[in-house]
Amino acid sequence: MSVKTSPPSRTRPRPAAEHPSGDPRFSLIDRTLKRFSFQQDALIEVLHTAQEAFGFLSDDLLIYVAHQLKLPLSWVYGVATFYHFFTLTPQGEHNCIVCMGTACYVKRAAEIVAALQQAYSVTAGETTRDGRLSLSTARCLGSCGLAPVLVLDGAVLPRETPESALERVRQQLMNATHNGAPQPATNGHAFEGEE
Amino acid sequence: MNRADLETMAQREVQRQQTFRCRILCCASTPCLSSGGSAVHDAIKDAIKEGGFDADFQAVATGCMGPCSRGPMITVQTSGGEDVIYEHVTPEASRQIVAHHAAASPAPVEYILPGDIPFFAKQKKVVLANSGFIDPERLEDYVARGGYTALGYALREMTPETVCREIIDSGLRGRGGAGYPTGLKWDMVRKARGDRKYVVANGDEGDPGAYMDRTLMESDPHRLLEGMAIAGYAVGADQGFLYVRGEYPIAAKRLERAIRAAERRGLLGSRVLDSNFNFRVDVRIGAGAFVCGEETALMASIMGMRGQPVPRPPYPAQSGLWEKPTLINNVETLGSIAPIIQHGAAWFAEIGTAKSKGTKIFALAGKVDTTGLIEVPMGITLREIVYDIGGGIPDGLDFKAAQTGGPSGGCIPAAHLDTPMDYESLRALGSIMGSGGLIIMDERSCMVDVAKFFMEFCMDESCGKCVPCRVGTVQMHHLLERITTGSATAQDLETLQDLCVMVKETSLCGLGQSAPNPVLSTIHYFLEEYMAHIRDHQCLAGVCTLDQAPITELALV
Repeated sequence: MSVKTSPPSRTRPRPAAEHPSGDPRFSLIDRTLKRFSFQQDALIEVLHTAQEAFGFLSDDLLIYVAHQLKLPLSWVYGVATFYHFFTLTPQGEHNCIVCMGTACYVKRAAEIVAALQQAYSVTAGETTRDGRLSLSTARCLGSCGLAPVLVLDGAVLPRETPESALERVRQQLMNATHNGAPQPATNGHAFEGEE
Repeated sequence: MNRADLETMAQREVQRQQTFRCRILCCASTPCLSSGGSAVHDAIKDAIKEGGFDADFQAVATGCMGPCSRGPMITVQTSGGEDVIYEHVTPEASRQIVAHHAAASPAPVEYILPGDIPFFAKQKKVVLANSGFIDPERLEDYVARGGYTALGYALREMTPETVCREIIDSGLRGRGGAGYPTGLKWDMVRKARGDRKYVVANGDEGDPGAYMDRTLMESDPHRLLEGMAIAGYAVGADQGFLYVRGEYPIAAKRLERAIRAAERRGLLGSRVLDSNFNFRVDVRIGAGAFVCGEETALMASIMGMRGQPVPRPPYPAQSGLWEKPTLINNVETLGSIAPIIQHGAAWFAEIGTAKSKGTKIFALAGKVDTTGLIEVPMGITLREIVYDIGGGIPDGLDFKAAQTGGPSGGCIPAAHLDTPMDYESLRALGSIMGSGGLIIMDERSCMVDVAKFFMEFCMDESCGKCVPCRVGTVQMHHLLERITTGSATAQDLETLQDLCVMVKETSLCGLGQSAPNPVLSTIHYFLEEYMAHIRDHQCLAGVCTLDQAPITELALV
């Protein structure tokens, strides 16, 4: 690779130009850019922030990040597609992750995935056609003592069976229909951020 | 802050803790929280408030206590009395527990977990000594248990050279899996020329089934920071990077908070503990790539690039981050540093076996009665871990195999249950120590299916840079798929074995070189199972479907 990132230096950050669309979410990205003084090695951190703010990385977003960090777009695209965390397609309203780490696998997590795939006619890693549910698998969430583990809209649910998993997802989708907005699943602890 | 201030801080905190008659430690690590731990913690705080015991009782949210499958866990420390451990605590039970310790009403015995059961008795906590006893969010808690005294001692009484010497003498070896002597690596970076040097803590624990590093980062973040600072002093680095796996948001948050707290008190940053040593630490969050556990790929990821490995040499010790000498150690390795400096190399070298010193943390999971996180002296037998610490196999089934080292390791069959767990013995059996994932399997696990599972993992995670790994893993997975669906012939098994050897010998980095290990080791120990699939169309464990006919036979019909 001909382009190299430079090591962190503690220089003064330059101000970011406001995004012409006026979307306030861009200011979140700008804040991260400033925090890392527009260093090119902060690309992954910036993409994390961008995905958190927008839900997925659109072409526009990648172009914006590339421009701000003065990196070739191919570089940014390469990084965004290399890592599993980044997604370039919009996600469903609800998000169900089935852990397929070794401990969950030997406790038959594959059956849970199969049951969910069949019930919602969706393959793992994709979103249902109506955009209600994204189903994905993960390689170990580090809760092996509670295998098999399911993460439904950010809540870790321990010791699931195919039947209980189907019921949980059904309820979660129902809840949202009644209240209009997605609710965190009950009886579980929020996976991301504890406060 | 200087060493005297540190001591004052420790004394003040110890005195504060002694004013409480009873300290209720609630496990607040991910497994216990998923089982309802936060409701228990709230109930305890409410019960203390309602009873008016604020002056006597203290509720502390701590890190992991170990037996994760028995959560939510609570430990009650009483002044003058022995610690009492409670398991499967519910909010109602926690009220009973508070009432019991307040007024000596009868104890809720059904929730008590005896402290002398083999699960605890057979363990030796060195790295996890504070885990489960301190609030990971409070610097004072760590300092009260002797935290940062090792750093103070090293900065004041030792030269970088003697620190390296001490680590070499301790016999500490890398806990990431390969087992390279840590002290020698430090000495190499110390001697390397460079205007800047870096220290990197590898917390990219991608191994499915392993969560030792996450627990250490979540339960005792300052222990890791202290280890990094000592490493920085020993090798002459002033900048550290902590690479945390993207799946561990809580760990990243706690580490960031810990760094800020330590910087505020002058334990990190400029002029650490009033010495001339400066050391900054930055957290970098991974984005989900197993290959980033490999050191050169990890460095590429820190520099904001795709996590693809580069050939070694040059080793990171000579040319690492931004072509400067870089020390990369696993999180658990760095967690062992402070105790070694504090108690001396000789103390550490007494634990373990002749070539593998100290303790090792394992994430015990799978088909055992008590799963969780254990720290044992090196050289303990697998049988002791499975039957004493783990409490045996549930449902009266038989032990079939233990899988160590995840997708880079292998299986240990029942015949080798008495193998001591150390680097050399495991390697002799065709497995590796790995980062510490230990999955126990019973008769209902099909070994071919397990091999296929790991191959699928490696196939997904191959970074695509070198051909043997990129293409080889796909082909090996394809062959294993044929065996498990019943369409394989005897020829396929031979091809699979040839391919394993080829990928192992020609891949660029550790991922590809070790990807065939699970297959080779299951073929070695469980050949009859492979043959049963191919010859008899039978899966002895009843896992595989085997609903297809062999392709060559189809051609004949």
